[in-house]
Amino acid sequence: MAVHKVLGIETEFGILHRNDGESNPVAASSMIINAYVNGFLERRIGWDFEDEHPGVDARGFNEFDALAPEIETHLVNAVLTNGARYYVDHAHPELSTPECTDAKQCTIYDRAAEEILIRSMEKANELLPDGEELVIHKNNSDGKGNSYGCHENYLVDRAVPFGRIVQQIMPFFISRQIFCGAGKVGSEAPGLTHADVPFQITQRADFFEEEVGLETTLKRPIVNTRDEPHADSKKYRRLHVIVGDANMSEVQTYLKLGTTAIVLAMIDDDMAPNDCAFETPVKTLREISYDVDLEMSHRLLNGQRASALDVLWAYYAAAQLWSDRYGFEVVGGDDIGNDILRQWHDVLSALESDPDSLTDSIDWIAKRRLYEGFQQRHNLEWSDPRMAALDLQYHDLRPDKGLARRIGLTRVSTDEQVDNAIGNPPPTTRAYFRGRCLERYPDAIVAANWDSMVFDVGSDPLRRVPMLEPLRGTEVHVANLLDECDNAAELLRRLGT
Amino acid sequence: MAEREQRRRPASRSDESDAEEIDAANTGEELKAELDDLLDEIDGVLESNAEEFVKNYVQKGGE
Repeated sequence: MAVHKVLGIETEFGILHRNDGESNPVAASSMIINAYVNGFLERRIGWDFEDEHPGVDARGFNEFDALAPEIETHLVNAVLTNGARYYVDHAHPELSTPECTDAKQCTIYDRAAEEILIRSMEKANELLPDGEELVIHKNNSDGKGNSYGCHENYLVDRAVPFGRIVQQIMPFFISRQIFCGAGKVGSEAPGLTHADVPFQITQRADFFEEEVGLETTLKRPIVNTRDEPHADSKKYRRLHVIVGDANMSEVQTYLKLGTTAIVLAMIDDDMAPNDCAFETPVKTLREISYDVDLEMSHRLLNGQRASALDVLWAYYAAAQLWSDRYGFEVVGGDDIGNDILRQWHDVLSALESDPDSLTDSIDWIAKRRLYEGFQQRHNLEWSDPRMAALDLQYHDLRPDKGLARRIGLTRVSTDEQVDNAIGNPPPTTRAYFRGRCLERYPDAIVAANWDSMVFDVGSDPLRRVPMLEPLRGTEVHVANLLDECDNAAELLRRLGT
Repeated sequence: MAEREQRRRPASRSDESDAEEIDAANTGEELKAELDDLLDEIDGVLESNAEEFVKNYVQKGGE
């Protein structure tokens, strides 16, 4: 039986400091986060780096020449009362959602992350001199060859051989682009021009050069091997997925998380398709992204040919069999599981027969309709800077400028759910304990990270409370306890630490 | 795509799919009008100096 697919999304946002002679993106990102922390939170709680090991490789070795990601401990880093981590990563503001137990819950927290960035941006801009402005984009590329990520994380069973995960998830990652892509004008792959690729399905396919590997900033791999579970490492892995776009469409975020969680559960249970491996994964990843008419087929290792749709139908069929046998408990229950399967079926059918019917739910299809209409109206080539501007503005989070919010994309969340998720943790994971402790005992918490919290209750030494089980510390487990404890010292005494 | 392998398309188990047949003639006109409205709106909010905005939009690689 698969382990519960606890999941989360980390998004690096694009940032622009306008009308500033010497723009420093690290300083600008810090301003964004400080504006939020100082403007909306009672007290800043820092991040604890004790258990961060991003250089550990899931294949059990560190490649001699592989570059382990560096931890930047000196940059702004905050933990929010909804259980999220909000920080400066490289030169971007980044927000990691709290751990969630199903795709819908996580989609709500992803939307809440957008709202947090919008509030941060507005607050920061109040503090800037007249004529200066910070602008945030939820995208993955600047159109000039620089990319930044939107990573998904899924809990997987440590007992499953990593080789099987790699082999069985890769065809799905390559194919899912057609319903996960956020769309992009042009290509940033070396040597390609607008004549070769006027418009493509994803923001990110141009940047992938390897099939499997540890790195995330160069020679990006389709399957990332970072082995840093942020949980009991004897029982779990965390699959760190870097091959995805930041979506403006909630439907896409929901489908991406929901279908991937199901596929990973199928892999845990050894029921995923085994015959879909592409012969040339990296090349095929790009070919699929460039094939906006969904016409191509690609050679498989077994000698057959298949389109992205063919592969996705094979995974869908396997998902039906898997759910007949195991149900949907590990992806959040029957309601959500059946809904994901139904939407999975419907999106594949629509992509096959009438892609334009998806202009309200798939970013790249919504973009294509909009951009082609704009081109015709103004008689523009794809290479015109106004097309690039349009493509940036789709992802612009300024409410008066952003295009995605204007085109009537179908919502998965409600405003009420998002408002709640901005300040409150999901009730079903350890993020509940983290978020509620931050809310109730802010003065006693020195630092927090994914799998522990450090308390200072006065004269005693600092005390670390481990949280190695993602599904412990939930509302069911600790709500009464937290309500009953007026201070952190009492909480620690009751916890017996 | 003569060489493309035809796979069996599994049916959805939901009763809801295929339930809504859309009136294609009507929606065609409506969609076009809706797109025109959207494009009007976009013309109104697009960055005034698109070329400059695009030129200045340089990000550092991340992740």
